[in-house]
Amino acid sequence: MDEYIKINDLYKTYSAHDRQLKVLRGVNLSVQKGEIFGIIGFSGAGKSTLARCINRLETPDSGEIQIGGIDILKLSKEDLRQERHNIGMIFQNFNLFESRTVYKNIAYPLEISHVEKQEIRRKVLETAELVGLSDKLDAYPGGLSGGQKQRVGIARALVNNPNLLLSDEATSALDPQTTLQILDLLKEINKKTGITILMITHELDAIKYTCHRMAVLEEGQMIETGEVNSIFHNPHSRTGELFSKVFFEFQRNSEMIDGEGI
Amino acid sequence: MSLLDTPLWKVILGSFAPEVWKRIAPSIWETLYMTIVASVIMLLFGVVIGVLLTITNPNGLTPRKTLYSGAGWIINCLRSLPQMIMIILMIPVSRLIFGRSYGTNACIIAIAASCIPMYARIVESSLLEIEKGKIDAAKSIGSSNFQIIWKVLLPETFPSLVRGFTVAIIAVISMTALAGMFGAGGIGDIAVRFGYQRFQHDVLFATVYVLIILVQIVQVLGDLVSRRLLRKRCLL
Repeated sequence: MDEYIKINDLYKTYSAHDRQLKVLRGVNLSVQKGEIFGIIGFSGAGKSTLARCINRLETPDSGEIQIGGIDILKLSKEDLRQERHNIGMIFQNFNLFESRTVYKNIAYPLEISHVEKQEIRRKVLETAELVGLSDKLDAYPGGLSGGQKQRVGIARALVNNPNLLLSDEATSALDPQTTLQILDLLKEINKKTGITILMITHELDAIKYTCHRMAVLEEGQMIETGEVNSIFHNPHSRTGELFSKVFFEFQRNSEMIDGEGI
Repeated sequence: MSLLDTPLWKVILGSFAPEVWKRIAPSIWETLYMTIVASVIMLLFGVVIGVLLTITNPNGLTPRKTLYSGAGWIINCLRSLPQMIMIILMIPVSRLIFGRSYGTNACIIAIAASCIPMYARIVESSLLEIEKGKIDAAKSIGSSNFQIIWKVLLPETFPSLVRGFTVAIIAVISMTALAGMFGAGGIGDIAVRFGYQRFQHDVLFATVYVLIILVQIVQVLGDLVSRRLLRKRCLL
């Protein structure tokens, strides 16, 4: 296994009015190729900002981000656009294009790279099959359930065959049952294609269920990184605190799922 | 027929007489012509300027503070001019383009000049309705700014754009009536010459019917298209 994402000393500050909000304060991270890596933290810990820095939806103040050996922060605008074809992203609110059918949503990334119609069709059908949406291709996202919407989001993110998938709270808006299905899908895709997945979430159970390794982000800093099992069994003192705080939510979710596999 | 010597009900009845409609028929065409041409011009410029305002916004795709506030300032200046003053101001421009300062075509310039800034603002507010997440998604996929505008921003806000355009067309219609006072012809011209100057209130009433029907058709069509789109997208 070799290192796929390498983040060094990442800083990001938002200035709103005259206040300065230090969101990331020297984040270091290393993710191996082909693993599912989870980042957990409270809201406001900087998780989403970190994910958004990786494909440069946000520009960090300083630091270094390397993906597959490419220095993301040094890319020109045009090169960045090309590199983004290689980084899929899924969102909490799905962010589907409501003016397009499911087919057209999945086809979008190919369409903007001027891929041939026949080839688009082949790839869209293939990807739709992978996420289990073959019978919904002519539907509009407005008529789909949350789980189906996220499947469209995943298909749209995967259709370019990226090497990395960023998942920004992708299951946080879904009910526990659907969450499990989506997590299963992500695991399956990871196994089939060997794609590296970076999962940002505040749900402990999602990490425990899906990820190989994880990191804990608190107030803009990584306080712990390691194997999911070892962190859950023997957490660092501050991680333990964090766990016990989210435990109540965790327990509630588990009860709702009713012992289905977690 | 005038209300000065005829009872109201007789004037109303008289307003449906064939000779009244024969008189105003050509002016209906003039009004339609002015409305359509001015609306098309307004659509083209309004959408382009509206998109420009949206993307140069400090939170937009390509923030350009000076351009944004400069364009905003000019638009606000133009919008603060009453329509009548705009018509007078545009007289030299019309003369430059058409060689004369009166007539239907000349007034189209004034109507467009007055309605474009308003419509640009309507377009801007429609475009700002888009959820920022969709733009993020389009960016994360590697879209260029042009692709985001053309394939995401405009299609996603299309139902709202249609509704805005409906409002703007109605403003154009009302301005064509005003332009009638300044030699543009059309329904407004008839209303002034017959209804106001000659007290032919049956003709005046007929022009009112025409305007009401015209505005209704536009509004109903606009609502229909917008609702159809939303229903197709399962958003209604």
